[in-house]
Amino acid sequence: MAEQHYPMLSLRGLTRRFGGLTAVDAIDLDLARGELISIIGPNGAGKTTLFNLVTGLDRPDAGTVRFEGQDITGLSPERLAAEGIARTFQLGRVFGNLSVMDNVLIGAHTRLRAVKPAVPVIGPLLELGLALLRPSSVKAEEERLREEVKAILARFGERLLPRIDQPAYSLSYANRRRVEIARALALKPRLLLLDEPTAGMNPTETAEMQALVAELKAEGLTILLIEHKLEMVMRLSDRVIVMDEGKKIAEGPGEVVRTDPKVIEAYLGHGLSGAAEQESAA
Amino acid sequence: MSSWLDYTINGLIVGNVYALVAVGLALIFGVSRLINFAQGSIYLVGAYIGWVAVVQLHTPLPLTIIVVAAAAAVVGLVIERFGLRPLQNSVRIAPLLATIGISFVLDQLVMLTFSPNPRALPSQLPDVRFQLGGGTIGPLDLLIAGVGITSALLLFVFLRYSKLGWAVRAASQDRDAAMQMGVDVNRVNQAVFGIAAALGGVSGMLVGMYYNQIDTAMSLQATLKGVVAEVVGGAGNVPGAVIGSLLLGLVESYGVAVFGTSYRNLFAFLLLVVVLVLRPNGLFASARQAPPEPLTGTFIAPSRPVRIPRWALAVAAAIFAVLPFFPVSFYVLQTLINAWLLGMLALSLTLVAGTVGQVSLGHAALLAIGAYTSALLSLTLSVPVGLAVIGGGLMSAALGTLLISPSFRLRGHYVSIATLAIGEIVSLVILNWEGVTRGPIGISGIPPLSLFGYDLISPSSVYWFSFAVMVVLALLQGRLLTSHLGRSFRAIRDDDIAARAYGLSLNRYKSLAFIFGGFAAGVSGGIAAHLYSYINHETFNTQQSILALTVVILGGLGNVVGAILGSVALVGLPEVFRIAAEYRILIYGIVLLLLVRFRPQGLLGTI
Repeated sequence: MAEQHYPMLSLRGLTRRFGGLTAVDAIDLDLARGELISIIGPNGAGKTTLFNLVTGLDRPDAGTVRFEGQDITGLSPERLAAEGIARTFQLGRVFGNLSVMDNVLIGAHTRLRAVKPAVPVIGPLLELGLALLRPSSVKAEEERLREEVKAILARFGERLLPRIDQPAYSLSYANRRRVEIARALALKPRLLLLDEPTAGMNPTETAEMQALVAELKAEGLTILLIEHKLEMVMRLSDRVIVMDEGKKIAEGPGEVVRTDPKVIEAYLGHGLSGAAEQESAA
Repeated sequence: MSSWLDYTINGLIVGNVYALVAVGLALIFGVSRLINFAQGSIYLVGAYIGWVAVVQLHTPLPLTIIVVAAAAAVVGLVIERFGLRPLQNSVRIAPLLATIGISFVLDQLVMLTFSPNPRALPSQLPDVRFQLGGGTIGPLDLLIAGVGITSALLLFVFLRYSKLGWAVRAASQDRDAAMQMGVDVNRVNQAVFGIAAALGGVSGMLVGMYYNQIDTAMSLQATLKGVVAEVVGGAGNVPGAVIGSLLLGLVESYGVAVFGTSYRNLFAFLLLVVVLVLRPNGLFASARQAPPEPLTGTFIAPSRPVRIPRWALAVAAAIFAVLPFFPVSFYVLQTLINAWLLGMLALSLTLVAGTVGQVSLGHAALLAIGAYTSALLSLTLSVPVGLAVIGGGLMSAALGTLLISPSFRLRGHYVSIATLAIGEIVSLVILNWEGVTRGPIGISGIPPLSLFGYDLISPSSVYWFSFAVMVVLALLQGRLLTSHLGRSFRAIRDDDIAARAYGLSLNRYKSLAFIFGGFAAGVSGGIAAHLYSYINHETFNTQQSILALTVVILGGLGNVVGAILGSVALVGLPEVFRIAAEYRILIYGIVLLLLVRFRPQGLLGTI
């Protein structure tokens, strides 16, 4: 297959309904290799639900998700992780009782080979045996991954390295977000989905996070970003998609989208302009 | 043909009784997202209060009903106020464990007050049967139907038209939003527990009258039946609970008609497992629900485990290893042998419940599988005992994991229910599969422990054997926890959604944990079978599952050293203080409650 013909991620008519509410309404999206697209929109616009559909945590009612040309609609999240899709969560889902090191090592789980032989049926039993016996190949793999984790944590300066053996529940909110991103990077993702990575961060921390995302983009990583901080969105994104009430209401370069009247209305509130007219009439 | 109508009527009447329990469970679940394992105990209390009222005080029937409802409601309010309200902001495992503890304490209190012997509870109604079509119906049937329908109507009116009823419905839809809007959630909880307890108590009394017999074993059965009905109808769904109850009553009644009485419970639990697997949200749940809210790392209490240096552990192990060389009494060795056997079970449960977060209430079933396998291998196939015990461990690992696998897709309380039901299924299969298990007669003449042809008969040799096996299992488990599987298990426990998003298959890793843990439990059961020389379907019962759970909480969830320390403490201390056997379970229940409230991380901390 000539892979470069396909976009990295391609959504067609993706729809998810909860009862009477259509949280994601016929979304189309193409994300090219190495591209960074930001999804913005008011709270409840369906951005996180869209992420859940792409990463397999939720199944769409209609539409398809293609990853490098391959139909991955409705596959399980563990399958998609193995395919190289990593994500972070809006509310931060670190493993509270695991150390920073172990949290990030979980990110590398899909890359375990020596201890997880790809043998059908008895594979899990071999995994149990190898985990207990630990031949040199397993030890070497574990050691290599630990070194990799340290290298990943070093990207966050002195934020995480000194706390490498501390349980994640003892970290500050911002550090938990960093652990999540480190965990995602440990998967060596081909596609990275970041759900509000700077939520709850102060301006300094936000600037650091923005620099990191820019670095990842420069390294060629394909990124789908949900973010409320518009300045960061404008600086980082190749394209911006605006969602409101499950629908895509605008798409294009940041500066164009920013001045789109539909976008302004979505952010300022529906019917606000209408209400203002009525008020002035009265 | 007429008998079919009788079975239908019987099914609907029994279903009505289940409905009274299940509706209470559904109300509580709706408001607190909590399955109240103590509901059956309230039902038991109701039956005994009914007995006191009828037999001792000779109250007329309407007054009996009122007395039972009021007294049971008070019990419910006490449980809510002192058992659960203090845990409102605790980790999710806390209220689950608390209701289990409360249930044990209540059951034991009733047993100590009234003795475990069955009592007759006369129905106070004339013993006549009316002809109805091809079947018959008695006044008690009509009373039960009447109470069921009246309670349903009253509940409907309460929920629909009273202000407090609105608050209950609001709180069950969105607790936080309801609080924001000024709903007093404590009052809602009180109302719900009071109503649930009153219904449960009356139900217990009616069942006692229906069978003209009450005994303390009713409690667990009622909890299980109520939970089955509630889950079939969809947890938290009140009308669903009623329909689930009637369905359960009919399934049981027809099952009994076709296969016989001893299969009654088997049908109930099979129905539960089938529904949990096929429609975990119940028969009437909407097709797919919104993904659950993230509950990051809140299932167990975060804590820093106490680090015990290796040399200290080695010294302790050495002291226990040389103990038989000193002039210690047979009694001390016997007590410690029991502690080592319990220690193996606790190792198994601390891995499953603590490390992977699957709070199993059916762990005694793994003991039973190991014990029966080892006993039958050595008796019928003349396998050497040492190998037979290992065979018991392997069978327990394989069969136990297979049986529990339907619960792998469940979370929190549902896992506990499913494992409780699976434990009951194992016990019922042992009772009914006479061709293999010799049914109610049990297996006698099981050969004593032996190793390489030498019988281990002296207390010190049995002591060394069981101690050595436990130490080896503990070392293996310690090694497992430091491998990538250890962190994978704990990741799944802390946040299964995030774990899946990083490629951890829940089925695979929960299976591995149950295989490893099942082996330890099966070995423990196998050794026990050869020590006791006689086992039957009641040798390994729910009380042992609860004891093991208390040990695990006491030592610290997932903590290997803690599991062994907890076993020695809970087996040893009652011996030291010479506590009479009938009070021990009560004390285990109280210890569990105090731990959940004041030291949820246990003695040595969660790992």
